Amino acid sequence: MKRSFDVLVIGAGPAGIAAALRAAECQRSVGLVDDNPSPGGQIWRGGVAHPNGGAPWLELLSRSSVTPLYGTRVLDQPAPGLLLAEAGETLVELRYQKLVLATGAREMFLPFPGWTLPNVMGAGGLQALVKSGLPIAGKRVVVAGSGPLLLAVAATLRGYGAEIVGVCEQASWRNLATFATRLGWRKLGQAVRLKRELVGVPFYTDCWPLSAAGHGKVERVLVSHRGSPREWACDYLACGFHLVPNTELAALLGCQLENGFVKTDRCQQTSVADVFCAGEPTGIGGVELALLQGQIAGLCAGGDQSGVVELVAQQRAMRPFAARLAKAFALRPELTALATPETLVCRCEDVTLARLRECNSWREGKLYTRCGMGPCQGRVCGPATQFILGWQPESVRPPVFPARVESLLAAASNAEVNTEPNAAMNAATNPYKNPGERS
Amino acid sequence: MSEEISIQVNGRAIMVPAGATVAVAVTMAGDVCRTSVSGEARGVLCGMGICFECRVMINGHTHCRSCQILCAPGMEVVTGKSGAP
Repeated sequence: MKRSFDVLVIGAGPAGIAAALRAAECQRSVGLVDDNPSPGGQIWRGGVAHPNGGAPWLELLSRSSVTPLYGTRVLDQPAPGLLLAEAGETLVELRYQKLVLATGAREMFLPFPGWTLPNVMGAGGLQALVKSGLPIAGKRVVVAGSGPLLLAVAATLRGYGAEIVGVCEQASWRNLATFATRLGWRKLGQAVRLKRELVGVPFYTDCWPLSAAGHGKVERVLVSHRGSPREWACDYLACGFHLVPNTELAALLGCQLENGFVKTDRCQQTSVADVFCAGEPTGIGGVELALLQGQIAGLCAGGDQSGVVELVAQQRAMRPFAARLAKAFALRPELTALATPETLVCRCEDVTLARLRECNSWREGKLYTRCGMGPCQGRVCGPATQFILGWQPESVRPPVFPARVESLLAAASNAEVNTEPNAAMNAATNPYKNPGERS
Repeated sequence: MSEEISIQVNGRAIMVPAGATVAVAVTMAGDVCRTSVSGEARGVLCGMGICFECRVMINGHTHCRSCQILCAPGMEVVTGKSGAP
């Protein structure tokens, strides 16, 4: 299947939806791609009345001229202006004049003994499952890790009837107090509302999971709270250590990264011509910042910059919040010692920390242990080894997600047909020439 | 809104709310998604298509990310070794 758009937006979370709508208002043809079956991203995931202003945006989107391309996952850019994607078993060629990357963030996971047990999930992971129908009423849930997401998750789960055993935040009380005193009225209001929804739920700071245990699935969790161990029985452990940006596609396209985030100018333009980026890949700043950046990117990609100045001023004012967020929830060094030598760090290839300690770099780890070579391609273990071992991630290669061999073959045969005259992808650089050599 | 549909998970009928993902059905069935390369049972981790821990076989197709696929009436899901490489 072949589609062509003036503006193509990758990611249908808040930033992507805002970008798509603003670009469509500029009378451009707009395609909105997401690998999930419906729009909204993680924060506006379906089924319930969306807090944080999701409903009006989703309503606008449904009435707009934006072409939805959900259930579609981008694999590669074989030539400038062309992306290859898979929708189920169909290979999709997406041509664009301007591209907006709004690929969002994922949870940061840290390995600790028992973290691979079934029912130990990401905090956002369990929230996603519950929002898409998993019954949680009466189940005992420990929510642990770091970041504002923990409270939001606890409130959601409690709303569905879960018994929240405790919320464990690794950050110190002092850091959180400093953060809270500098929240604006609007965010303070959100915090107060969350607090009201969580009355009676124990909230522990300076607290993190030491291990999880159980037969066949998690049954109990041992945590450290202000230096003392505590053990709780539970049905689920929802655990995430704040967020890491999804920058793989931006990196593949050659966009410059700075401190792990995609570098953009005031128009959300990346270092690559015609490629814009908005939301969490440019810095973890939350939904309001993402909506502003998405609108800026959409207007600039759409070619109507008249409303941009005001939006840029608004998003500048929110920048300090992102910096304070990162500082308040910075991971404490004790967490580097959670994994024991026997703990699996790479869940795809079952590689223990002991085996990784014999290596000196991400590359060595890949070569000698297959760490990061499985289906997630290092999306889970990469940030963990960066934190625990100080390893730096290396270049991203296509396909950015595992793909069906049929897609690779179809892409390769298309590439041969398309080689001339725009031979941006020649035989020497054709990543699909030998589908067996993928990593 | 409270409409339910029935799918097969490892040969057993599971009722799920309309709009539920296959990952929800597998977790409701109390089954694991896959067996890891060293033989560990694994369930859902990220819930958003990143980690690939939730991959299962759906209607004969292997390596399907169950957290990103909605249940459809009559769907046949096989988990465990079938979803593993």
